[in-house]
Amino acid sequence: MKKIGNTYCFEDPPRVLSYASVVGKKEGEGPLSRDFDYISDDNTFGEQSWEKAESRMTSMALERVLAKGSLTAAQLGCILGGDLLNQCISTTFALRPSNVPFFGLYGACSTMAEGLLLAACLVDGAFEPTACAITSSHFCSAERQYRYPLEYGGQRPQTAQWTATASGAVILQKGGKGVKVTRATPGRIADPGVTAQANMGAAMALSAYQTLSRFFQDTKTCPTDYDLIVTGDLGRVGHQIVIDLFQRDNVDIKPVYDDCGLMLYHGDQDVHAGGSGCGCSAAVLCSYLLKALEQKVLKKALFCGTGALLSPTSANQGQSIPGICHLVCLEADN
Amino acid sequence: MENITNQEYKKIYQKASPRSPLLKDMLLAFLVGGAICTLGQGLKNYFISRGLDDKAVSSCLSITLVFFGVLLTDLNIYPKIAKFAGAGTIVPITGFANSIAAPAVEYKTEGLVLGTCVKMFTIAGPVLACGLTASVVYGLIYYIMG
Repeated sequence: MKKIGNTYCFEDPPRVLSYASVVGKKEGEGPLSRDFDYISDDNTFGEQSWEKAESRMTSMALERVLAKGSLTAAQLGCILGGDLLNQCISTTFALRPSNVPFFGLYGACSTMAEGLLLAACLVDGAFEPTACAITSSHFCSAERQYRYPLEYGGQRPQTAQWTATASGAVILQKGGKGVKVTRATPGRIADPGVTAQANMGAAMALSAYQTLSRFFQDTKTCPTDYDLIVTGDLGRVGHQIVIDLFQRDNVDIKPVYDDCGLMLYHGDQDVHAGGSGCGCSAAVLCSYLLKALEQKVLKKALFCGTGALLSPTSANQGQSIPGICHLVCLEADN
Repeated sequence: MENITNQEYKKIYQKASPRSPLLKDMLLAFLVGGAICTLGQGLKNYFISRGLDDKAVSSCLSITLVFFGVLLTDLNIYPKIAKFAGAGTIVPITGFANSIAAPAVEYKTEGLVLGTCVKMFTIAGPVLACGLTASVVYGLIYYIMG
């Protein structure tokens, strides 16, 4: 691995051994329904609390990604993961029985990109033969932690996003065949002073623009060198802001640019500005995106997970919302 | 990559952020809130027709509306109406009932004491605190002046 500017370049790129996604009912009714590994009709996933439901969903994603990679948990080098719940209990409780070395991450909704980036470093550096990045979010557990109880009658503003009920997992391996992780740019915290909790897209869009700009500068490439650039859950507002920010630099990113928050749901699914949550970008990556790269429909894609690093406490204390965006460059096998 | 000030960024994100449809929201709030009030008036007329005095009528009316607010919250119907009605369902007493019943139902997974009882007033707490403070202040003024 070498570093050019801010960007890690993997000389023997780690490969995607397997990927899996488990989603809830609403996500299963969206445009990517055919690409998910499992769609649950029951958002409780047979559990007694929403937190346990999210954990169950994470275990199901891990079971599936291991099965698809023909691995047992004991053969897995390590797992990197996290979620939105306090102390990341969804991930840690799901992995309790796994007995695999574990790194807990918190990157809010950028967790999948962060996990994938670090997994690629560990595999490329030959510390681990395989590494798994995993994350999840659940609409109901996130709502009760960040906003109001589900039964409370309120109205959401148009800029609000819908936390996806979804979990995604990817296993990277050294050598072999499969989609390659060729480059990655770690994110830096950017805080443009947005305080509106219901406008996370605006809070995160600046970090997405900055990480993408750094990546283009380091690699001497431009948006049109990629078949698809996806940001993770900026939604309609953040998506437009990224386009506008690049426009200021006379760069037209629009033709190749999409957002996971817009890809996960149909426009009429009542999700306001689009999807969000760790599971949103993870589910899009572990369904449509990796499948399209595997089938070579896409040759080169940038996966940019974005996270809003706020907490209910910081928001109540009137602090602005910092954003972060980690970028991973994925390429189809030659 | 060009640097951008928070002020410049604000202009860009405000342009990209859609606004709530205020006229539609206000109309729906008026219609649904009005319907709840009309129902309240109907109930009041009914209680009067049954021969209750003024004090008993207001008590029975509040109890009945709070009961339906809680029932519809438990059946998960109240938030569905509120989604369209906004202030129309928040302002009447049924909204107050909803704001207490919703956390009571939601946090039962953490147990009766640490869940339901502790969290029950998470939303309505400020209203109760302000209401009680105002009534104490009013009582003191009334005592001194009256």
